Amino acid sequence: MSDMKFDRRSFLKLTALGLLALAARPAIDLISKPSIARALSGPATGKRLAMAVDLKACTAADGCVACIAACHRVHNVPDIGNRKEDIRWLSEVGYNQAFPDQDNQLVAEPLKDRRVLILCNHCDNPPCVKVCPTQATWRRDDGIVMMDYHRCIGCRYCMAACPYGSRSFNWRDPRPYVKTIDNGYPTRTRGVAEKCNFCEERLAAGLQPACVEACSSGALTFGDLKPGTGVHKLISSQFNLRRKAELGTLPQVYYLP
Amino acid sequence: MYDKGKIIGGLAIFLCIASFPAWYMAASGKADYRPNPVLPVSENQCVESAQYMREYHMQLMQQWRDQAVRQGDSTYISSDNRTFDINLTGTCLKCHTSKAEFCDRCHNYTGTAPNCWDCHNVPPAQAPPQVTP
Repeated sequence: MSDMKFDRRSFLKLTALGLLALAARPAIDLISKPSIARALSGPATGKRLAMAVDLKACTAADGCVACIAACHRVHNVPDIGNRKEDIRWLSEVGYNQAFPDQDNQLVAEPLKDRRVLILCNHCDNPPCVKVCPTQATWRRDDGIVMMDYHRCIGCRYCMAACPYGSRSFNWRDPRPYVKTIDNGYPTRTRGVAEKCNFCEERLAAGLQPACVEACSSGALTFGDLKPGTGVHKLISSQFNLRRKAELGTLPQVYYLP
Repeated sequence: MYDKGKIIGGLAIFLCIASFPAWYMAASGKADYRPNPVLPVSENQCVESAQYMREYHMQLMQQWRDQAVRQGDSTYISSDNRTFDINLTGTCLKCHTSKAEFCDRCHNYTGTAPNCWDCHNVPPAQAPPQVTP
């Protein structure tokens, strides 16, 4: 076998084959990701927290902002007074802004004038979680898309990925803009993204989210989305909308028009 | 050996300058300075022993952070089976009522600047004056 040569051609062939073999592993990983499996199979079994917003009962069109005020008070959300730097956990917009895909040529009169509360949808397939390079944001088993401010490096990928604009960024130290600091929840610092957390800290203490508690018209219902619960009854008994559901993010805030 | 005098003289001057902080502190009588954090009067036992807290409070707080935020479990069980709520503002500062007289004294002495307080609240009585926007 002394005349067998390892020539240039076979060397290049083997190199190409080797590189191909290296690329196979990431490709297999990509198609076998649990998040994709979960997205295709719908909501996971077990606890799944969700919110129903009854647009008929909500009095935001009459100027009620009790829920927004309560949310922003308990979470020390600053009022910077500058639209570009606004921090919003919960806010209200017009119907056509909240549901651009429902902006039909003729929208039913009562719907057209409705104000819609918008917040983080705590998606079952959250794009913000996929893009976060430090896992500062992740999806808990009960469905809450959590934020770990300690780990956030302020890259704002999550803000670019979120199709709902639910995330805000602290361009400056928010503390001077918080009217009264509530010691029950930390403030944030410059260079950190933030959003609604479904009042995770209040749920841990056995309380309802601040917005639900503050709502006097009963427009907000929150709970585990399993058969028999209030929120499940509401959603399963009537026509409902979800914001940009066609994107496949599986949002968990349901609107009853 | 050439220039013996210059080399030894130079070395002596160098040693004098390099050891300046040490002999200056000794001469000014501050060599035995120790930070003196004010301990709470209401309690005599922290979540763990004082020695452990002195050496490992930073690791413990990181463990608290990960447990409360990442795992959603905000109950800490100490080595002597007492339970505590994991909360910097609510639990630590309940006894250590003054950040300035407790945390800051050692941190300033050792030149460490932990960024806990950028977000975690210090109850208003001891809050640093706010900058008006």
